[in-house]
Amino acid sequence: MQRPSLTGGFRDAPKDAAFAFRAVMNTMAKPGEINSVTGAEPPAGLSIAAGVVLLTLCDPETPVYLAPRFDLPEVRDWITFHTGAPFVAASAAHFALGTWGELPLGDFPVGSAAYPDRSATLIVEVDDLRSEGATLSGPGIKDSAALSLPDRAAIQQNAALFPRGLDFIFTCGDRLAALPRSTKVS
Amino acid sequence: MTQIEQDKNAPDTVMSDYNFAYLDEQTKRMIRRAILKSLAIPGYQVPFASREMPMPYGWGTGGVQVSAAVLTPDDTLKVIDQGADDTTNAVSIRRFFEKTAGVAVTEATAEASIIQTRHRIPEAELREDQVLVYQVPIPEPLRFLEPSEVETRKMHELEEYGLMHVKLYEDIAQHGAIATAYAYPVKVEGRYVMDPSPIPKFDNPKLEMAAIQLFGAGREQRIYALPPYTQVVSLDFEDYPFEASKADHLCGLCGAEDSYLDELIVDDEGGRLFMCSDTDYCVARQAAGHRGSDAAPTLEGVA
Repeated sequence: MQRPSLTGGFRDAPKDAAFAFRAVMNTMAKPGEINSVTGAEPPAGLSIAAGVVLLTLCDPETPVYLAPRFDLPEVRDWITFHTGAPFVAASAAHFALGTWGELPLGDFPVGSAAYPDRSATLIVEVDDLRSEGATLSGPGIKDSAALSLPDRAAIQQNAALFPRGLDFIFTCGDRLAALPRSTKVS
Repeated sequence: MTQIEQDKNAPDTVMSDYNFAYLDEQTKRMIRRAILKSLAIPGYQVPFASREMPMPYGWGTGGVQVSAAVLTPDDTLKVIDQGADDTTNAVSIRRFFEKTAGVAVTEATAEASIIQTRHRIPEAELREDQVLVYQVPIPEPLRFLEPSEVETRKMHELEEYGLMHVKLYEDIAQHGAIATAYAYPVKVEGRYVMDPSPIPKFDNPKLEMAAIQLFGAGREQRIYALPPYTQVVSLDFEDYPFEASKADHLCGLCGAEDSYLDELIVDDEGGRLFMCSDTDYCVARQAAGHRGSDAAPTLEGVA
């Protein structure tokens, strides 16, 4: 019997997750940097990078929101089997997975002024990820960096909430980039 | 030879009874999520569920947990305690990760990909591909001014840092200068006042660096971070500007004039020796032929 949800996880979880986390951490620390990751084979059109991020960061303590395009039985089964993360509405999510257009940006927790860390991290599947387009500056960036972003205005609005706000991880194939709330976009 | 003696003589054996880098995967995920949030909000202290480690609080349990969450099998680890690679704390942490993670270790700053430190920043300039992990005793810069966590959290929330300036002003009123010599408070990106851990204020200008800086406080259960090139400003006044100070001497061993110095009492007649606190920096300079006034005479020409 075919059980695709049981396969496609890390083969050597401690080491695969360690390499994956360093790639994710470097992108979050250096907005605009694009890194490749390996180790996950997620189902149903999910990118390798999105799968790796889910396996590296999610577990039963992190409720996940799935945008409609990814809210499929095979995706749910795969995430449940490999991470145990519960599925919730956007307003209760620690992590979210979807394409830019499908993610209800206004609904996710952005943290409070006292606890700005209690905010969601959005894993955004994009068709194209390049070091060109919007100009980035801020912590982690020497002078300026460039990254193809789906929607400059919404991201500027998010940055204006600092220290509250959402953090984004853009995934495309086996590559990923990150955009924390601290980055100024122009 | 007893079993214990055999073990003592084989410190390089990698233990296979523990998970890679000691901590279990769920703990590492929790710490990793805190690290990502701390990088997204530079200078803000992210609470995390600090674990009991096989060493006492005050010996770097916060730094060790951060290092364990960040280490990969390909890393080369350097551990320093007050700049020195060869002190008890540094040796035992280095050996801990040799045993539980099987990573390569080094004393050379340039060869390390992860450097865990207690109370110093290495003299050599760090690169973008390096990570500096600090052991932090008290992460809250306002704690000695305001003991209540409820109050200090409110102060950070409202960006109300007047109390810190009053403290620095009282330094000037009492001593004629800002007397704070270590754990000198900084403001990060114009928002959060942060304790850079008890590094000497000589090191404060180096906080704006190319490497990723992660701060772990185990007992106090906080992680905070500085991404590369983050703006870090030491608090001061226009008429009493911040000054990075050090002992006004040269290193007695390598003659360096630009490094932070330890003062050693060498006899009971007032004799003293100033030497680099960063042992790797000092040893490398001596190997390159630099000699200070107190260096041992070279053996060249003797044999």
